[in-house]
Amino acid sequence: MRPDFHPFVIPFCAGMAFVLGYCFFGMIHILFQLPRRDRRHFLLSLVNPKTAWKNIRDIFLNCLIHVKLWKRNPLLGYMHSSIAFGWFMLILLGHVEVLLFAPGHLSKFYYPIFFNFFVAKSEETIGGAVLFFLMDFFLLVVLSGITLAIIKRVRSLWFGMRRTTRPSVLDMIGLYSLWAIFPLRLLAEGFTAHISGGSFLIIPLNWIVRGFLGNEVNMVPTWWAYSIALGVFMAVLPFTRYMHIPSEMLLIPFRNAGLCIRHPRKGFAKIQVLSCPGCGVCIDACPMSAKKANIKDTTVYLNRQIRRRNEKRIEEISDKCMMCGKCTALCQVGVDGPLIRQAQRSMRKYAVEKDYSAAVSPTPVEKAEVAYFAGCMTQLTPGISRAVESLLKKAGVEYAFIDREGGLCCGRPLMMSGRIKEARELMQKTKESILASGCKTLLLSCPICYRVFREEYELEGIEVIHHSVYFYNLVKEGRLKPTRSDIHFVYHDPCELGRGSGIYEEPRKLLRTSCYLVEAAKNREESVCCSGSLGSLTLGFADRKELTEAALRNLTSDIPDAIATACPLCRSTFRRYSDIPVSDIAEVIDSRT
Amino acid sequence: MTDFGFTRAKSSTVNLDEVDTSLYRKMLQVEPDVKRCMECGSCSAVCTAAPLSGMSVRKVIHALERGVDIAPMLSGCMLCGKCTMVCPRGINTRHLILSLERYYKEEEKA
Repeated sequence: MRPDFHPFVIPFCAGMAFVLGYCFFGMIHILFQLPRRDRRHFLLSLVNPKTAWKNIRDIFLNCLIHVKLWKRNPLLGYMHSSIAFGWFMLILLGHVEVLLFAPGHLSKFYYPIFFNFFVAKSEETIGGAVLFFLMDFFLLVVLSGITLAIIKRVRSLWFGMRRTTRPSVLDMIGLYSLWAIFPLRLLAEGFTAHISGGSFLIIPLNWIVRGFLGNEVNMVPTWWAYSIALGVFMAVLPFTRYMHIPSEMLLIPFRNAGLCIRHPRKGFAKIQVLSCPGCGVCIDACPMSAKKANIKDTTVYLNRQIRRRNEKRIEEISDKCMMCGKCTALCQVGVDGPLIRQAQRSMRKYAVEKDYSAAVSPTPVEKAEVAYFAGCMTQLTPGISRAVESLLKKAGVEYAFIDREGGLCCGRPLMMSGRIKEARELMQKTKESILASGCKTLLLSCPICYRVFREEYELEGIEVIHHSVYFYNLVKEGRLKPTRSDIHFVYHDPCELGRGSGIYEEPRKLLRTSCYLVEAAKNREESVCCSGSLGSLTLGFADRKELTEAALRNLTSDIPDAIATACPLCRSTFRRYSDIPVSDIAEVIDSRT
Repeated sequence: MTDFGFTRAKSSTVNLDEVDTSLYRKMLQVEPDVKRCMECGSCSAVCTAAPLSGMSVRKVIHALERGVDIAPMLSGCMLCGKCTMVCPRGINTRHLILSLERYYKEEEKA
């Protein structure tokens, strides 16, 4: 038996104690930042067997196996899961080894990590050949991941990433120490393999190093180096992007408990910011990155600035975003950038009080089962409301046009500007006029209205439906009979309808009844925002032009004859710069029926 | 004085030396495009809040330059963004309105 303790374990132990303490107190701190109701809700969700199982499954699949990354790019997926899962297995198997061969030392938490230094090969450990094999196997797996990580720094495009973030100095220290850990472990175990035993990887290495050096003076220094690399990584971890490793384990239960962001810096938002791995997937995703100057306004940089408490930049980034939600859709961890920004915007104080008490939304004279609410944007594009009315008449639907003579706003633009209280007040007014119409179905031609009606209004007994879905149902029932034309349309998924409300199929099926459909280069949840969005507060007319043109290039990659969309705002925005006709889905169907 | 059945209208003269145009000057910094307004009135024509509070970005800019109180007009704005969509001069009117509400009587507050 070799000694129980050696000073080289100190850097590792210090680093480990620091990071565990930091995470523990951080977790308590964040839990106390949650509003009391949310905290109770969260703690209760932990004991709910269904949520608990979901937590365990999600943590295993997302933190260790990284299934989402595999789906995105297999090489990127392999790189992450080899390091995460491989390292996890090394730690787990280390504990199993200690449990089997040195059960008395289980209380020393450095023992499983430095097992090969402390436990010599004996009659007992020979029986653990399978374990030794697995240890070497997983070390090899991790090393292959590290090799890929090094390659990724030079050739990120091989991993499906065009642009990546620029790491900060601390990130670099964390990165290099992480890279150093496993080669040093290989070397350290290689130097001691003739004493500790090993398998296919470290025993041949031992032959080589002992063949060249022939003495054991290098043994302890390599174990020191290994321990120091671990210690440095642990010590800088809380201040680098690697903080996402422990934070994600708290983010997943928070999300599964159904919490929402109530403060831009505290509680749920804080854990989201800490969980950002800084990978930069959102840089390629963000429609604003079409202009290079906007790259620093993506979610990954917002998270970085929040961690640095750079208030000026936080405000700038928060106000600029178009809230299209693409970064959230593609984020591997599920950081909700737009909602953090919305919470940030809601912190701002305004000196002018809003007053909607005098607002009276006109109620329609006629009562009908179906009420059509055009919304502000459709009123600006009367072609769409004409087409909707024409189709309703052709299908023989009795309807009431609620805001024919002008109505109120749905409240979504106010929400996105962070003025939640005012938005609720306005929504109440709009809700009254909807309820007064006595309808059973509320038909909407604007996805912005559709989303907020569906999510916030709580219109009991009223079916809220977008016109693309409604007309598709009418075609299915045979009440509308469009004829096919030879025109090739490309369908643009509006942000609020697609990513916002999950409606991708119906508009496509509806379009196929009257024309040929081609797809855009990036479509569905990866659809590129038209850049006319009301989400952005500061993006001006001139700034948006380049972004809209980039979105148009994406749409017309398959050379369609015309563009169809299902949002009045997208239609107006594209029409400004498009070379080919842009129409709303209702107009397309109306012209063929 | 003999009552002729009518009176003189109150003078609408604005003495630019006396009115407080600090808000306008602030806006020139945060949203300089405000200077490009040609008062075409497209924003007034489409405004959802016009029937509610007499809101009109054209009038707001006009009043701003003359140091007239704009809060009553702004109080009805729903930020629906139609004025931005139709502005032929490409003024980011939503940002203008939000900045006005934010910096309104800022000095007094301080």
